Amino acid sequence: MAKKVIHTTINGEAHTHEVEPRMLLVHYIRDVVGLTGSHVGCETSLCGACTVTVNGQAVKSCTMLAVQADGAEITTIEGLAQNGDLHPIQEGFWERHGLQCGFCTPGMIMAAHQLLARNPNPTEDEIRHGLEGNLCRCTGYQHIVEAVQYAAEKMQG
Amino acid sequence: MATIAAPTRMMGAPIKRREDPRLIQGLSHYVDDIKLVGTLHCAFLRSDYAHAVINSIDTSAAKELPGVVTVITADDLGEVGGIPCGAEIPDLKVPDHPPLAVGRVRFVGEPVAAVVATEAYIARDALDLIEVDYEELPAITDLDKAVEADSPLIYDDFGDNIGFTMPLEAGDVDAALAEADHVVSQRFVNQRLIPNAMETRGVLAEYLPGEGTLTVWSSTQVPHILKTQLSLIVNVPEQKVRVIAPEVGGGFGSKLNVYPEEVVVSHLAIQLCKPVKWTEKRTENFTTTIHGRDQVNYVDVAVNNDGTITGIRARILADLGASYQLLTTLIPTLTNLMIVGCYKIPNVQIEMVGVLTNKMATDAYRGAGRPEATYIIERMVDLAASTVGMDPKDIRFKNFPQPAEFPLEIPTGIIYDSGNYQESFNKALDIVDYDALRNQQAQLRQEGRYLGIGISTYAEICGMGPSIAMPAGGWESSTVRVEPTGKITVLTGVSPHGQGQETTFAQMVADEFGVDIDDVIVVHGDTGRQPYGIGTFGSRATAVGGTAMVIAAGEVKEKMAKFAAHILEANPDDLVFADGNILVEGSPDQSVAFAEVALEAHVAKNLPPDTTPGLEATHFFEPSNFTYPFGAHIAVVEVDANTGEIEIQRYVCVDDVGNIINPLLVAGQVHGGIAQGLGQALYEGAVYDESGQLLTGSFMDYAVPKATQVPHFETDHTVTPSPVNPMGVKGVGEAGTIGSTPCMVNAVVDALSPFGVKDIEMPLTPNRVWQAIQDAKG
Repeated sequence: MAKKVIHTTINGEAHTHEVEPRMLLVHYIRDVVGLTGSHVGCETSLCGACTVTVNGQAVKSCTMLAVQADGAEITTIEGLAQNGDLHPIQEGFWERHGLQCGFCTPGMIMAAHQLLARNPNPTEDEIRHGLEGNLCRCTGYQHIVEAVQYAAEKMQG
Repeated sequence: MATIAAPTRMMGAPIKRREDPRLIQGLSHYVDDIKLVGTLHCAFLRSDYAHAVINSIDTSAAKELPGVVTVITADDLGEVGGIPCGAEIPDLKVPDHPPLAVGRVRFVGEPVAAVVATEAYIARDALDLIEVDYEELPAITDLDKAVEADSPLIYDDFGDNIGFTMPLEAGDVDAALAEADHVVSQRFVNQRLIPNAMETRGVLAEYLPGEGTLTVWSSTQVPHILKTQLSLIVNVPEQKVRVIAPEVGGGFGSKLNVYPEEVVVSHLAIQLCKPVKWTEKRTENFTTTIHGRDQVNYVDVAVNNDGTITGIRARILADLGASYQLLTTLIPTLTNLMIVGCYKIPNVQIEMVGVLTNKMATDAYRGAGRPEATYIIERMVDLAASTVGMDPKDIRFKNFPQPAEFPLEIPTGIIYDSGNYQESFNKALDIVDYDALRNQQAQLRQEGRYLGIGISTYAEICGMGPSIAMPAGGWESSTVRVEPTGKITVLTGVSPHGQGQETTFAQMVADEFGVDIDDVIVVHGDTGRQPYGIGTFGSRATAVGGTAMVIAAGEVKEKMAKFAAHILEANPDDLVFADGNILVEGSPDQSVAFAEVALEAHVAKNLPPDTTPGLEATHFFEPSNFTYPFGAHIAVVEVDANTGEIEIQRYVCVDDVGNIINPLLVAGQVHGGIAQGLGQALYEGAVYDESGQLLTGSFMDYAVPKATQVPHFETDHTVTPSPVNPMGVKGVGEAGTIGSTPCMVNAVVDALSPFGVKDIEMPLTPNRVWQAIQDAKG
């Protein structure tokens, strides 16, 4: 299959690669760029484990093609901590035991990131609805809700 | 010997997990994150039919696709063995279970051929080029029909579709049923569930021909058992096989197994002398990773007017699926053992029938046989209460054993270690203010609103377990080593995949040695590093593996005390380990740094008499019994009788899991467990159609609960330590799942009791609830 050249900026770093047009963005991020923090849980955009930010929008990277991200600014879970400091959402997940096996966690954190950008002070109900596109099989979600509440409080300073 | 009572600092503390920094930053390594140079990628062609003869397989076109390295079928497996059935039962019929189908397929998703290519996408392309000529046979999917005499057969030479029959009899059930004031009878369907760990399975295998070593990274709960089995199946000497369970993204029992893909990928790596990787698609996970539950229960209970339950009889059809995975045949036996739940019921009779069908094998899924038992008894107790006109609370108290009766031998032949069922139940009743709720319910009914109060009081069997009762042994191992720098390395045979033992085990060891928890690391999941172990399942890791570790740590500590006593010119019995030092009790100035003693023990220039160098001990712990957690769950729901929708207003549980090491992690286990139990009650169910096609093969069709679909949980505890291990712990991994499913169904049935609704088949979708109301209305 004829490959296409794409340029991306991922977590502030510029990349140029030749990829097959059919390659999924999540496979590009994981297998070409080598950032394996975004996980593949279903390949049908239902579980959200692959959630990343593309030009500021949370996207399930298993249902977007890498070529569609040509020219895009992408943030993955690896790009959230700054200068060795955890992002408040990451901190919240740690403090409130918002994860067990950790597989859904990167996507869950990226979805929470978008949720708090849109609604800095969400109610419990709004958090649950905001994370509806992300499945977790371990936690029963209660500690995830608390993690997002922790982050919301901290981010409001 | 030194009696070195360290002050307890970490035990019971809600400290945050040491696993988390790597996980919340995307820096951990699950199987698919591990990249070896030159790795080839494997994909499996799977049967589209539930039951068919394979006339021929043509792989020639697939082999010609550029990038394809090889395509294999069963004919190419040579001396590779079959998938093991790990649990023998008297008169069990064991079908052959080849890793790739031979001549016939028996469930949708059964692997038929494997492709290896330079890229994963190419491997999948090649699957489309393989031609299989199938001749379809009738599929057997219905349990009741599968056992009929004229049913088509899954294995022609078996004569029927019954894999085994396992009777259990204690007391005289016939007399109990004949003499009781009432006999309550009910049929339950405990529907098939799909575990759906968020990380699908994955295997990466590398064979080094020079060394003759096979290394397999697999998303497994049992790396040691897998190592032994792979050695036998792919014919590599066991000491040259290493299995690594790296970061594992959940299991819930579904990765407690030896799967065809682990065998085939290992075989291919050996044949090709290159690393081979397979990462399961979610669709494959739905169709070919083990399923759970799937029983039909016919139950009779004998109850007297005063609420005393005198007997229970059950005929249980357990769907085994089309072939046996590791513990397929073991799981139903746990239902037998736990059928009386937390009640004193003297007369028991069970006929458990394991039935073969054209579906994926069932096996251990969170709770594994006990949720089925708990569902039977907790639903029957409610039905019995309603029959004799008692409050479901009162009938439970009536039939509980008294705390002084423990250890309590029950009629199914096991001994409950410790219990105080009244205490946890009373606490739960107090939290919800039960009597006020019943008043509120009565008032709302006047207004045409249907509040339901559901109770489940459960006891479960875990901490698995004594080796006599476990196919591969029920012990666990640990090595504790104090390094020359004073850092402590713990190796454990258990294989956590979300449970957090890197934290809880470090808490215990830090306490034992009086050191900072950051000086302790817990290493697991690598057969090349740990002593042989059994693994993580059956809520056993802490009760069994933790005990092995604590005993090993005690041995190291005793030896270390000899070194410290030698340095301090003191008696080892007078020493305490605290704050990174070893000191003479009562004389804090007579002290030596922990790290200094560690170094002395390794440089060995000044050995105490009769003491060898080094600070390391390994212990293999054999438990004397299982542990038996228990508790009370209470759900408050309101059902909209017009739509069948259920609103969960409160969910309260008081669990007793023995002593608690880290309450934060215990809460997490309980929450997650309840979510899965409620998932069964309300949302989840694997559906095969009559032709054996799985209709619920994606997250679109199979409802893993979302954040909006589970309530806020109110959790609390009572503490009744287990006498089975020195820490007094029981196990918490499965309790939430076991207790919650009948609790929710009892709540909904209670809400609809004014209509005369007695039972609703799970999952309680709005449609089923609405239909139950209509049916009851007539």
